[in-house]
Amino acid sequence: MEIDPFIFRLSIFILSIFIGYYVVWSVTPSLHTPLMSVTNAISSVIIVGAIIAALAGETRNIFSTANIFGFLAIILAAVNIFGGFLVTQRMLAMYKKKKKDKK
Amino acid sequence: MISANVLAVFYLISGVLFILALRGLSSPETSRQGNLFGIIGMALAIGVTIVSAGNFSTGFLYLIILLLIGGSIGAFIAFKIPMTAMPELVAGFHSLVGLAAVFVAVSAFLNPEVFNLGTPRNIKIASLIEMSLGAAIGAITFTGSIIAFLKLRGIMSGSPITFFGQHYLNLTLGLFLAGLIFYLCKTQVDTFFWTIILISFLLGILLIIPIGGADMPVVISMLNSYSGWAAAGIGFTLENTALIITGALVGSSGAILSYIMCKGMNRSFFNVILGGWGATEQSSSGKSKEQKPVKSGNADDAAFLMKNASSVIIVPGYGMAVAQAQHALREMVDVLKKNGVKVSYAIHPVAGRMPGHMNVLLAEANVPYDEVFELDEINNDFANCDVAYVIGANDVTNPIAKTDPQSPIYGMPILDVEKSKSVLFVKRSLSPGYAGIDNDLFYRDNTLMLFADAKKMTEDIIKSL
Repeated sequence: MEIDPFIFRLSIFILSIFIGYYVVWSVTPSLHTPLMSVTNAISSVIIVGAIIAALAGETRNIFSTANIFGFLAIILAAVNIFGGFLVTQRMLAMYKKKKKDKK
Repeated sequence: MISANVLAVFYLISGVLFILALRGLSSPETSRQGNLFGIIGMALAIGVTIVSAGNFSTGFLYLIILLLIGGSIGAFIAFKIPMTAMPELVAGFHSLVGLAAVFVAVSAFLNPEVFNLGTPRNIKIASLIEMSLGAAIGAITFTGSIIAFLKLRGIMSGSPITFFGQHYLNLTLGLFLAGLIFYLCKTQVDTFFWTIILISFLLGILLIIPIGGADMPVVISMLNSYSGWAAAGIGFTLENTALIITGALVGSSGAILSYIMCKGMNRSFFNVILGGWGATEQSSSGKSKEQKPVKSGNADDAAFLMKNASSVIIVPGYGMAVAQAQHALREMVDVLKKNGVKVSYAIHPVAGRMPGHMNVLLAEANVPYDEVFELDEINNDFANCDVAYVIGANDVTNPIAKTDPQSPIYGMPILDVEKSKSVLFVKRSLSPGYAGIDNDLFYRDNTLMLFADAKKMTEDIIKSL
């Protein structure tokens, strides 16, 4: 009997939770705010689904309701991706600058 | 066009890059490289998706335009936002992830063929469950984060909003949601799907309104976690590895942060979720106040004490963020250091309105991160320190947490500032903190209260130094 692909995805999911668990515990508490902003940015990888939804179908059907929801999701996710990564970068730059000042 | 297998490998690589992005945050030195990995992972995921869609006509043009519009809004916010507003920003961003998850789920529901989920009214049961869960969690994240945003921004009062039967109402709505998902799978009627989303929007609001201002670190972490689970739900629907991995990472990250925050307050997660301290406890305090004598001083007294100290520990709290006093504080410390005083900073896990809030503000003010310590690292040093300068913190220093089992904060780990030779307490008035209890520390012999705005007082001390 063949194994349902769902089981493989479930395995990836469970193992990723464990990876997340160990990786996040090793994050230094002083970087917890950047951790939140970067996790926020990467969870916007949901844009992948939005792109598939938006570009689906024939060109003349591009404004069907399903596609429009895809396009809306693209805008929201894009705000998050750029905003999330850039604000993380900005915060982390401050942590780094201190090191230079110090030494 | 790329084959489905190659595409899956690329998504896997993105997922690994995201893991490395989080791994980088284990120290400030590697963190910037980690962020770069995250950006590469994201660019890769978006790039291969566009290529695989293979639609380079009108739709592609709109896609680029929308990416640019969203991207410029995001970039603008990222550069303009003051560091003190970081909690609101993160809450706001969470709401966007939640809403995006809802939109993608809606799109998949309306046009399931695109994602190989079946045809409308005949969607695979597993996919229906996954997309309803994704949409429901996304919707809860969306409205919940909006409420959190409004509370943090001060547009909505930070005090808990509670009413009779609130938790039963939430429970009923939760069960109702489960029932709706069941019937949606059974009948495929789209009304059920829309109702699921509406109920979830409502539930998001109801879940967050009873939680008070100082519990926001838990709320933000929790919503962070939810946004991850929503992404994972959509990832299962779309059979997309990058989304599943990311969702799991973000979900567990938020859950761990919530746990750390709850532990910092010695409260259970449910205790926080079920509503605030503030509302119930305020009445019982108040009575023994006003009677006890308090020593209060001015900036000159404080300057004198600190100049003649050999070591000073600074305890910042939310009040410092409100007064934007971090830069003045750094200047004061610079002057003290020139006078040969050893200065360090002590950060309580729940200081501020989000995990790591104080650290970011101090970093912004150019405080070297090796002078900033966590609770367990520094707590023993208070006994050997001459002056503790408490600026905008309150409950996290209250010795009652160790002595009075009746107190709502009993058992909460606190910074032992009372052990230092003298305590300078910058505060606008004697009013109790968020937990609604009087701070015993105000009335101690070695405490000098400095009644003023945190920033103004710190600036005055610099002048007298």
